[in-house]
Amino acid sequence: MATGIGLDSLVADGALADGAVADGALVDPNVARDFWRANQRRARWKRRLLPLLGAATLLFVWWALIAVFDVKPFIAPSPQVVAATLVDKADILLANLWPTAIEAVAGFLLGNFAAIAIATLFVHRKGIEMAFFPIVVLVNSIPVVAKAPILMLLMGTGMAPKIAIAAVICFFPTLVNMVRGLEAASPQAMELMHVLSARKWEIFVRLRLPTSIPYLFAALKIAASTAVVGAIVGEWIGSQVGIGALIIQATYNFDSALLYATVFCGSAFSVLFFLTIRLLERLCVRWAPLSANL
Amino acid sequence: MSERREVTALQDVSFTLEAGSFLTLLGPSGCGKSTLLRVVADIVRPSQGQVRVLGHPPEAARLSREIGFVFQDAALLPWRSAIDNVRLPLQVGAARGKPLKGRGPEELLALVGLAGWEKSLPHELSGGMRQRVSIARALLGGPRIMLMDEPFGALDEITRDRLNDELLRIWRETGTTILFVTHSIHEAAYLGQKVMMLAANPGRVREIVDVNLPEPRYLALREGPEFGRLAGHLRAVLETC
Repeated sequence: MATGIGLDSLVADGALADGAVADGALVDPNVARDFWRANQRRARWKRRLLPLLGAATLLFVWWALIAVFDVKPFIAPSPQVVAATLVDKADILLANLWPTAIEAVAGFLLGNFAAIAIATLFVHRKGIEMAFFPIVVLVNSIPVVAKAPILMLLMGTGMAPKIAIAAVICFFPTLVNMVRGLEAASPQAMELMHVLSARKWEIFVRLRLPTSIPYLFAALKIAASTAVVGAIVGEWIGSQVGIGALIIQATYNFDSALLYATVFCGSAFSVLFFLTIRLLERLCVRWAPLSANL
Repeated sequence: MSERREVTALQDVSFTLEAGSFLTLLGPSGCGKSTLLRVVADIVRPSQGQVRVLGHPPEAARLSREIGFVFQDAALLPWRSAIDNVRLPLQVGAARGKPLKGRGPEELLALVGLAGWEKSLPHELSGGMRQRVSIARALLGGPRIMLMDEPFGALDEITRDRLNDELLRIWRETGTTILFVTHSIHEAAYLGQKVMMLAANPGRVREIVDVNLPEPRYLALREGPEFGRLAGHLRAVLETC
């Protein structure tokens, strides 16, 4: 009978709020359940529709501003022109998205793999960490736009320097987070491994590495967006193809519609990349984060 | 840098633990109870002196898995299910790939009262259940000594009382030797056949008290006059520690 009482009082509350049922009188549980479900459905639709409504409002304001102030197409395009460009020039956009995507993904893999390897080395050889970590921090403080020309001179104008820039930009956050993650195992878990006379590599595989996975994904989610930024910055400096090159080209030609369409493509890819990593995280990390005690 | 001081955690501590017995260690905080347990388990090495565990140095006892350790926080690996946490000792160290002595992981989970919870992840279990899993893990491979470092210290009183009874049952069923650290007078008196009391600065044995309560014990014993006298005596000694 306990559940019945719970349902009745729930409905009484809802009824008083909505005024659908008089005086919060006891109601048939079936009616109560339907009432509750309808409420849930309404809340779900609200969650889905409101963001769309927000986006539609923004597009309308954009369109209205361009129309009311009669902004010239070489300064800013109206939304319907950008949409038309996205369709008409889909082949050019895609042809330029591919190189950027390849550079970003290759740089992402390279940079993160290097970071994980070096973090592993740092955790096991404290001396090396003490010697090189300050240099890592120093190099990390150089802005990307300053690092890019240096790599360009070293590696020419092909895809290699763009991959290198994307890799460098991913490298540092992952290195820092991975070192923290590999050292995040609780002292008691480390003592447990000692009592079980686990070898160093067993402690690494069975304890340190799984502990570090949530930390790693926190860094990878940042790296997914910054890798794309790195590839685009690389293309600005010296390239004929890619999203970065197309941005520069469209800007110099005052082709604002193409510029906006290119930016849209670049960020759409960035978001897709980020969502892929988040999906991977959901698949890999199924446990709750380590709580402070127990 | 703050001023550093060398602390003698333990001095001239000597005691024997009979096979199959249950000894509780009671003392004020900072008396070296946990350190003593860690020396026996070869987690901490004494700077001076000699320790013998089952006639060997602690390291030998650790390497041959004669010791099971239960930590205050259950120290479960959060990505492993209950049964996989119990299996961990089979997958690392010298015991990896060797045949198992004694009860299997499933049987041990049933022994600690968690049959049917094999697939649950630690965050799906309550604090008391997590500690049961860690007891099952410590019992895997049939260790001759189980060391317990305030295992129920972070649990609520109701859970703690229940686990005290469960632990006595597990001890009787397995016949293992238990060395149990606690800062609760009632727990020390209720569980132990003997209570070893440690004094602080430096940590040393103050008194070993025999507990003469009827066996098997049951919680209502705690309301009786016999238990009251014993707890009173322990409290009096503790005040001089």
